[in-house]
Amino acid sequence: MALDQSFVGRTYPPTDPYEVGREKIREFAEAVGDAHPAYTDPEAAKALGHPDVIAPPTFVFSITFKAAGQVVQDPQLGLDYSRVVHGDQKFAHKRPVRAGDRLTVTSTIETIKSLAGNDILDIRGEVHDEAGEHVVTAWTKLVARAAEEG
Amino acid sequence: MTAKISYDDVEVGTELPAQTFGVTRATLVQYAGASGDFNPIHWNEKFAKEVGLPDVIAHGMFTMAEAIRVVTDWTGDPGSIVEYGVRFTKPVVVPNDAEGATIEVSAKVGAKLDDNTVRVDLTAMSAGQKVLGMSRAVVRLA
Repeated sequence: MALDQSFVGRTYPPTDPYEVGREKIREFAEAVGDAHPAYTDPEAAKALGHPDVIAPPTFVFSITFKAAGQVVQDPQLGLDYSRVVHGDQKFAHKRPVRAGDRLTVTSTIETIKSLAGNDILDIRGEVHDEAGEHVVTAWTKLVARAAEEG
Repeated sequence: MTAKISYDDVEVGTELPAQTFGVTRATLVQYAGASGDFNPIHWNEKFAKEVGLPDVIAHGMFTMAEAIRVVTDWTGDPGSIVEYGVRFTKPVVVPNDAEGATIEVSAKVGAKLDDNTVRVDLTAMSAGQKVLGMSRAVVRLA
């Protein structure tokens, strides 16, 4: 059954702050095999004009996707999460995420479409730091594949 | 922010150095831990096949993270990325052996934009198939 269009534009309450730690950034950079010193060495990051080590560009997804869980697990929306695949992902960075950031995410349902039985959901996550400054916006497209006939 | 590449030195069509990234089952377990995405399709072959996949597949976000390294290595500052978006078109299938799979990433400057930024168009291939579509980054150069 197609998802309820009245959920378009719905904004969920901001998440509790996520504190970005140096070791978490290091762990992520190691997992993607990226040895760029700006991820692990505060001096190297400062030489590039950053106040502390910065996170790789896709690091913030861990935080925004967890926040999007509010939407996908909303029982009123009724998305079948077992059939969901990640369609598109986009980030727009005001500045890089960095160690010491305390980030909150506010998730909004941007669009809901139904295409050939698939439910397509676009979620926008606005990420702000402790001072209320905008850091990054993440757009996540989730596709709940149609259940097979019969 | 100090990208090493100057806006004036690039033209539409300028190619970035291509790179090939390896991914094994061990890589996926490590990425699952670091990212917090423990979906079993990324580490459990039996589960992956039960939901209709050919085998364990890499996290789309892992592939996205690898592809942008071609750009951040080029600019010299990962903080130079202003926008980055991809479409996940095909999964990267990761066999259970020592070699695993490879992701080949190439990129070129697609457009010169305002404010010292350029659009970089990325291509990511695995096993002869395009695994990312509409893969683009906007990058601020020096």
